[in-house]
Amino acid sequence: METLQQAWALVIGLDSALMQIIGLSLYVSLSATAIAALIGIPLGAVLAIWAFPMRGLLVVLATSMMALPPVVVGLSVYLLLSRAGPLGSFGLLFTPGAMIIAQTILIAPIILALTREAVLPLVRDYRQLLLSVDAGPWLKLTTLIRDARFGVMTAILAGFGRALAEVGAVLIVGGNINGVTRVMTTTIALETSKGNLELALALGLILITIAITINAAMHGLGRFGRRFEAKR
Amino acid sequence: MIRALVFLWLALVPQVVQAEEVFITVASTTSTQNSGLFGAILPRFTAETGISVRVVAVGTGQALRIARNGDADLLLVHHRASEDEFVAEGYGIERRDVMYNDFILVGPPADPADIRDAANAAEALGRIAQSGQPFISRGDDSGTHLKERELWAEAGIAPAGSWYLEAGAGMGTTLNLAVAKDAYVLTDRGTWITFGNKGGLVRLFSGDPAMFNPYGVVLLNPERFPHVKAEAARAFADWLVSDTGQAAISAFRIDGFQAFCPNADAVSETIRDRAACPVETD
Repeated sequence: METLQQAWALVIGLDSALMQIIGLSLYVSLSATAIAALIGIPLGAVLAIWAFPMRGLLVVLATSMMALPPVVVGLSVYLLLSRAGPLGSFGLLFTPGAMIIAQTILIAPIILALTREAVLPLVRDYRQLLLSVDAGPWLKLTTLIRDARFGVMTAILAGFGRALAEVGAVLIVGGNINGVTRVMTTTIALETSKGNLELALALGLILITIAITINAAMHGLGRFGRRFEAKR
Repeated sequence: MIRALVFLWLALVPQVVQAEEVFITVASTTSTQNSGLFGAILPRFTAETGISVRVVAVGTGQALRIARNGDADLLLVHHRASEDEFVAEGYGIERRDVMYNDFILVGPPADPADIRDAANAAEALGRIAQSGQPFISRGDDSGTHLKERELWAEAGIAPAGSWYLEAGAGMGTTLNLAVAKDAYVLTDRGTWITFGNKGGLVRLFSGDPAMFNPYGVVLLNPERFPHVKAEAARAFADWLVSDTGQAAISAFRIDGFQAFCPNADAVSETIRDRAACPVETD
């Protein structure tokens, strides 16, 4: 309990080290979510709308990638970005950039698969309509994504949640460097390894509180948007 | 919604994008990081030179692999044989003594294997093996794990069986496991003093010269790794073994205990003060 109070005191007192860690967590995970959404949403919709050879295989591949262990992704990105690896000359290892790359690889399949699930039923519902107006592929894609937006938002939130909670990959490619690549989850892992179990747990509670706040805010915004549209 | 997110993201950017700074990356061990040593001495070095030091704290085995790939500018680890090999193979150019402390055996205070009065570390381990009491090994190729294997070899025992558990994890995780299992475990003194979850375990055996735990700093070979910041890395290595750096290490205390004893060649006797180091602690 004492440690919990201590942790909350850090938050309420805007402890600068902790604020920096929380800020970096959000920065890395939001960036990864944005990039993964830019990749996953269009691809997921394409896989839902059009039939083409090997589509089944691609869908299976994408959904299986959701089961990728973060440590394996972290290790692969580590080997790619290492000075001894193919992308070593960029010097990205042990930077927030490396963490964003790893998380993007982890969550793009989630956003892709869930977007596909959200668009799929609409494809059936809208087939006749889209045929009758002779919609081109771009119109089809944008219309279906827009109408599936609540499902797509769930996909984005699921991806963001995984990114924010993930520890294995960012620990390997970031190195948990104090003030540079230390995020909430790696701090929790570090405090656990130092035997500061209560503090680690308290930091975990802070992390979940942040996640709840962001999810609630996004849902609130979503509802506001719906009401606004209804009025119009 | 998207606009709100973009706004939040933009607000976070200044947190990450810092002014261009000179920095070096040091591959080091969890024992130096978790004890708080770096937190105590690095600000002084940065204030003196303007070079900031980014520490990646992992096991000695992993630190050596990071350096072999050229992903660090400097090594600060604790396994002499591996460090010498690293230099001999041409990855490093220079290895220098920085500091030392020692390894200790901790376990349940009832001491069912009766290691408290063992003559040396090998005998203590022999008694644990004979008693069949649980012993947790790091099992991760770290400096501590390598030292543990050397001690078993000295005892003439190939540890195996249900009593010998390999954690495959860092020192802290291994200690957490030992606390949960009421087991014996070999740990470096620095990690043990700072460890917050000692549970019922206590230090039972220490003081054998075989449990000496020296830390060395190794410069990477700039011919092999042209991208390393050789100059800044050398500045830090020089500072560590200078009187200022050695005094800073010597002055570092955990709960009033001196955790690391400076032993660079150049250091003056007053700072070194071998007789008083390492001090016995809890």
